[in-house]
Amino acid sequence: MTVIQAERLRKVYGEAVAVEEVSFTVEEGESLAIVGESGSGKTTVARMLLGLETPTSGTITVCGRPRAAGRVSSKERRRRAREIQIVFQDPYSSLDKLQRIGDVIATSLSLHFTLTPAELRRRTLELLESVGLAERHAAMLPKQLSGGQRQRVAIARAIAVEPRVLVLDEAVAALDVSIQAQILNLLADLRAPGGMSYVFISHDLAVVNQISDSAIVMHRGAVVERGPTADLLREPQEDYTRALLAAVPRPGWKPSRRGT
Amino acid sequence: MSRLGGLGTAAAALLAVVAVTTLAAPLLAPYDPDFPDLLSALAGSSSSHPLGADALGRDVLSRLMYGARTTLLGPALVICVSSVVGTALAITAAWAGGRVDAVISRVLDVLFAVPGIVFALITVAVLGPGIPGVVAGLAVAYTPYVARVVRSAALRERSLPYVAAAWVQGRSAFAICVRHLLPNLRPIIVAQSVSALGFAVIDVAAISFLGLGVQPPAADWGLMVKSGFDSAMRGQPLEAISAGVLIALVVASVSVLGDRLGRTV
Amino acid sequence: MSLLTISGLALAVPSAGEWRTLVEEVDLTIGAGEAVGLVGESGSGKSMTARAVLGLTPPGARVSGSIVFDGAEVTSLGAKELRALRARRIGMIFQDPRAHINPVRSVGDFLTEAMVANLGLPAREAAARAVRLLAEVGIGDGARRLRQYPHELSGGLLQRVMIASVLALEPDLILADEPTTALDVTTQSEVMAILDELRRERGMAMLLITHDLELAAATCDRLAVMYAGRIVEAREAGSLTAAPLHPYTSGLLLSRPRLEETVHRLLVIPGRPVAAFEADPGCAFAPRCAHALAACGEARPVFDGTVACTRSAELTLQGES
Repeated sequence: MTVIQAERLRKVYGEAVAVEEVSFTVEEGESLAIVGESGSGKTTVARMLLGLETPTSGTITVCGRPRAAGRVSSKERRRRAREIQIVFQDPYSSLDKLQRIGDVIATSLSLHFTLTPAELRRRTLELLESVGLAERHAAMLPKQLSGGQRQRVAIARAIAVEPRVLVLDEAVAALDVSIQAQILNLLADLRAPGGMSYVFISHDLAVVNQISDSAIVMHRGAVVERGPTADLLREPQEDYTRALLAAVPRPGWKPSRRGT
Repeated sequence: MSRLGGLGTAAAALLAVVAVTTLAAPLLAPYDPDFPDLLSALAGSSSSHPLGADALGRDVLSRLMYGARTTLLGPALVICVSSVVGTALAITAAWAGGRVDAVISRVLDVLFAVPGIVFALITVAVLGPGIPGVVAGLAVAYTPYVARVVRSAALRERSLPYVAAAWVQGRSAFAICVRHLLPNLRPIIVAQSVSALGFAVIDVAAISFLGLGVQPPAADWGLMVKSGFDSAMRGQPLEAISAGVLIALVVASVSVLGDRLGRTV
Repeated sequence: MSLLTISGLALAVPSAGEWRTLVEEVDLTIGAGEAVGLVGESGSGKSMTARAVLGLTPPGARVSGSIVFDGAEVTSLGAKELRALRARRIGMIFQDPRAHINPVRSVGDFLTEAMVANLGLPAREAAARAVRLLAEVGIGDGARRLRQYPHELSGGLLQRVMIASVLALEPDLILADEPTTALDVTTQSEVMAILDELRRERGMAMLLITHDLELAAATCDRLAVMYAGRIVEAREAGSLTAAPLHPYTSGLLLSRPRLEETVHRLLVIPGRPVAAFEADPGCAFAPRCAHALAACGEARPVFDGTVACTRSAELTLQGES
């Protein structure tokens, strides 16, 4: 089943074209990577999927229902929330610094499910546990947690509503190497049972290789190449994809000037 | 209180003393502030009247103690009203953006351009001299003072990913504004309100000085500067000086405190 | 003789009425023309170590140990001598060039000012030299760029301007603190290539501070890996990445996902990196280490110039293939 169908998305800010004719689909349980550097339009695509930006033209269909533009009722927004959620890059500003960790999760749960106080507490702790946090973290404020722990909270908040699709916008880019590996494994674990789909937005091809089944490469707002991730990385067809691949530090690698 | 620094702590202490004295005036004041002891009229400093007596022989110290009530209550009301209204407008503008923001911002700019005293003169003309008219006018005039700063802070806060996350989760705009934006903006609202309070004290005192605010025979610092002015002409400057110095001290303390609170945000 | 010799460096900053140690017992040498990579995660103390070399420690910080640059003890220098050192002998490249270039002065002013003030060049000559330097860092239309302002340049271009400004003074040592972390991958590759090439040509030494072990290995002769304020392993770059001696180095190499293969699960180092003041007595890495024995938690292993692990002799650790 196709959970996301984006067709000919275009986004223009004034004179500047941020996204041009971008189309892709995400199947149930699939992990699609959107690869690109700054200015590639990859984050704008993510924001359009979530309804944080309105496409200038093009259509987005989520779980078979087209997303109409314009004002949306609160009820409709809550329904859409169950379809698609997001984890942002910056683990510091993606949590309200005054809200306790347990409340972050509980608020998310009580918005979408009718639970007794005891159930709410139990489910909150279950979710924290599923992302590798403990009961004692529930009473803490964000500033008492490390960056990696905060990112776990952001993931727990997103999966609390049991979405069909999770968008991860550079969600591991700001983390230390050792923490990045933990979060990537966590994401792999979370995807396994329920068939949740991922849209993984990243500039890091090694990370993309680890987390995605297929990928699209964006450059200056347009898709330059697409295909199964393994093929794309092994036999890139486009110059830009090759340049991107050549720039990833790895054993035996030397930095090089572009075109020389 | 270490975050206030030495000067900030001194300012807070002075305001606390003024507030306690005001509340406890009936217990602390040596005389009835309205009792005219004509024999002491225009008396200088003495052990029975430390700050002398005014033209009607009323004890200046006692009148200062009682006078703090009207002098500070009016500005406090002005700030309460303007902060609540200003914050509501600011958050509405920042959240809604677009045309709503444009309209609210333009109205605030216009209000900001008109001096508070002018508003007070208009409302006093309608409602008659006295505290209600002054408060109503100044409350309107002070609204942009809080609203403009809070709006720009709210715009910044609104752009943070946690707000987007709450929206994507399906939380209502009202819940996001009240549960997330408002608590995070609180330090800025408090700092801005406190520094506005200093200006409000001056404006209310000035209006009383002009004879349009607090009406005699009530004790009020602004009025005391005015009546003390006449006494000073007759050789007894203590009333005007003490009331004037108190206004200056309170205003300075409030503005230092506002500055320190703003800095520690 | 080495150009820079750091020995027994310790650094603590006051926080809430107590001293918080950020760097401890750091020994490091850099020879003339040599490139050394100082690698670590957040809290490892890598940036603080580099800043100590320039006397750019946070206000109130307590620094002990010795930093000898070209025969002179840096820690005992006064503010004026430190400024002179920074102006002529040691150049610094920061992660965020925008924060270190005056936004209201043109690129030309930024580049020529230091040359005029520190090298005593006439303004015309300085401008001509700035254009040549920009060409060397890959900015072709130098004359036009000199008239531009920082906000008109992308992060990658601005970082190249920063590199040009450092090269202009022909320092003996370049301290590069995460110089490419804020840049795109392709730009990173380019900027590192430029920095590497021009540094070699001029025989300048470099201390590269980075979280990216692969990047450091590709551009440095020797690497020093820091954890919780201490150096845990310092060796020639190729052998350190091929056959690490410290479990943390091995863990860093293995936890990074690879381009060539996809593993079902990445090998992870459990827990999170800690700062020196958070570390338990004993080996700071022991709580996260797969090879730790009870003894590891008791005595802090001594750094012998190569590795700080009591089990390094008996362990065979996996490096990158």
